Amino acid sequence: VKQPTLKWFMLVFALGAIMILGACHKKAAPPPPPPPPPPPAAPTASLSASPDTVEKGQPITLSWQTTNATDVSIEGIGAVQTSGSQQVTPSDSTTYTLTAKGPGGTQDATARVTVTSPPPPPPPAASPTEEELFSQNVKDIYFDYDNAAIRADQQAAMQSDIDFLKEHSGIKFTIEGHCDERGSTEYNLALGDNRANAVKNALVQGGVSADRIKTISYGKEKPFCTESNEQCWQQNRRGHFVYQQ
Amino acid sequence: MGYFLGQEFPFIQKNVGNWRGLLYRRTIHRYNDTGTPERMNGSRHRPSHHSLRWSWLCLLLAVLLALPAVAQDWIRTGTGLGVEKIRIAVADFKPSTQDAQNTDLLKTFNDTLWNDLDNAGIFEMVSKSFYPLGQIGAPADVQFEKWTSTPPNASMLVFGNLGVTGNSVVVQGWLYDVKNPVQPQVLGKQYQDAATSDAVRIIAHKFADEIIFRLGGGIPGIAESKIFFVRSEGGHKEIWEMDYDGANQHQLTHLGSISLSPHVSPDGSRVAFSSLVKGGWVIMMYSTDLNRLVSFPRFAGTNLSPAWSPDGTRLAFSSSRSGDPEIYLVDALGTNLKRLTDFKGPDVSPTWNHKTGAQIAWVSGRTGLPQIYTMDTDGVNVQRMTDQGYAVSPAWSPNGQFLVFSWIRHYGPGAPGGADLYLMDIASKQWVQLTHDEGRNDFPSWAPDGRHIVFQSSRSGSEQIWMMLADGTNAKQLTTSGHNTQPNWSWK
Repeated sequence: VKQPTLKWFMLVFALGAIMILGACHKKAAPPPPPPPPPPPAAPTASLSASPDTVEKGQPITLSWQTTNATDVSIEGIGAVQTSGSQQVTPSDSTTYTLTAKGPGGTQDATARVTVTSPPPPPPPAASPTEEELFSQNVKDIYFDYDNAAIRADQQAAMQSDIDFLKEHSGIKFTIEGHCDERGSTEYNLALGDNRANAVKNALVQGGVSADRIKTISYGKEKPFCTESNEQCWQQNRRGHFVYQQ
Repeated sequence: MGYFLGQEFPFIQKNVGNWRGLLYRRTIHRYNDTGTPERMNGSRHRPSHHSLRWSWLCLLLAVLLALPAVAQDWIRTGTGLGVEKIRIAVADFKPSTQDAQNTDLLKTFNDTLWNDLDNAGIFEMVSKSFYPLGQIGAPADVQFEKWTSTPPNASMLVFGNLGVTGNSVVVQGWLYDVKNPVQPQVLGKQYQDAATSDAVRIIAHKFADEIIFRLGGGIPGIAESKIFFVRSEGGHKEIWEMDYDGANQHQLTHLGSISLSPHVSPDGSRVAFSSLVKGGWVIMMYSTDLNRLVSFPRFAGTNLSPAWSPDGTRLAFSSSRSGDPEIYLVDALGTNLKRLTDFKGPDVSPTWNHKTGAQIAWVSGRTGLPQIYTMDTDGVNVQRMTDQGYAVSPAWSPNGQFLVFSWIRHYGPGAPGGADLYLMDIASKQWVQLTHDEGRNDFPSWAPDGRHIVFQSSRSGSEQIWMMLADGTNAKQLTTSGHNTQPNWSWK
């Protein structure tokens, strides 16, 4: 009998405590204030430059967007639409500033454009010199064994040499006559002389002035190639052009 | 197949034993048997017209009689056929003083003397291992029967002594006909000079030349002659000089360029050569008296291969001053230029008839591959000497009868044979091959005795200078250092 009584007592006590505590909380809460009036919306603005780095003299595109603005201007450009884009060509590095004004206030946005100097003017070497043109365009003339006649397969090279040398009439040059290693030293020097003069004569016939041309024979004294086979010998049987001035 | 034709190649004539022989062949023997007395004078003397005509008749006879196979055999077997060479013993010289230098100088002297006599080609050198014991330094030491009996079996004996006293050396030398004990002395000489190995070598050369002159029927010795040549080292080619036996090699030019084709004047005082300068190839002149270059006119174009006339007054050379290489004559000072040839293509490498000075042989490419031609010195009477192949570098013999030149007879890929030396009898254009498939052989030049030829050959693996007897035997290498080419033998 005693147990249930205790239980009831504890339950009543707990309920009573909850009620008392709850009555105290309600008494502490203040009354809510009245809601403030909504402020006018502030303007937003963004500005970008594309590209942001250009060479001097190149155009860039400025693009901008605003909201809540009634009056938009870009420094140095003037009033603009509330959003849009425009090409400009800054002469120096510039920071563009957009100002957007509206009932809600003023908002700035900036965009920086870096203007680089153009690359230095191309050095004179970039345009080929006459000597370079000479070595790029003038083709050596190759010969048959023990022969100083301009052979048929060399006529095209000969003609191209003539055309180039007539076009560049200021160039003076030497034609070296070379021979392969076979045969005798003295005879090859005479043969090399024949080869150099054969090339010279063909040029002169083609209209190249003879006083621009020197000839020299190296016989087999200064070979281009020193192996003992036909491929190498052919390399050495030639009239070789050398730029002089 | 070539025939070797009869000619006035040296007779071996001994004044005591009356030896007589020809170096080369039986056909010559035949001609010798019917020969006239003038022929016995040796190769350096110009035969009379009468004797020349006789010679040609005999030559013709020789050709008709000699079978090709026999001719080939003779050439291959060399100088001994049909001729007995003189058996000569050369005893080492004996010191005559106590000086410490004697040993080295004796070695130099003995080696030089032996080589000179061996190189002469007219002796059979008796091997020193057969000699009797004991040195002989004076006539009293000679025991005749020991030298004449087997094994030495010598006909001639060379002996003597050498001694240094202070700064000088004295050499006494004898040549004995040991088979004639009653009157044995053929030669007795005494020399005195500075006690240097150079001086001793020159004494040996002089003594050897005396012996060769006496026993060779008057042929001039070559032991004191010089050879000029081109040495290639470090990318440059300079002109060098050496004694005939390869000793005493020394550089003449220091041009740092490419210098080629040295050709010494008949008196030995100047060396003409071709050199590459900035504008091209020019003829240059080196004075062996002044030991420096002397001025010579420069001609336009490529100027090559100068060659002295036998009287030393003119030079023939190749010049492309007209735009094509042609043969020109000019006097020794470079004036009075005169053109001899006029034909498209290379004309180069002239050589004078060393006996008459009235003809020039040279190389021309007027028909394609180079061939040998001859002409008179006024440019007329052009005759082609070679009929095929690649023929270059002619050299005219001192007796005027022969050309020796380099010839690739069968030219073309896979063709047999290489560049070999050939000897041609000018009158008949008959020829004989002197070298046989031993490397490339080029630029022959005659010794003053007309019996030796110096040339360049690659047979040892690199281009070097060799000499041989004019029948192709006794080849001997003279240079070994660097690359050496284009030898030119002095005229005396």
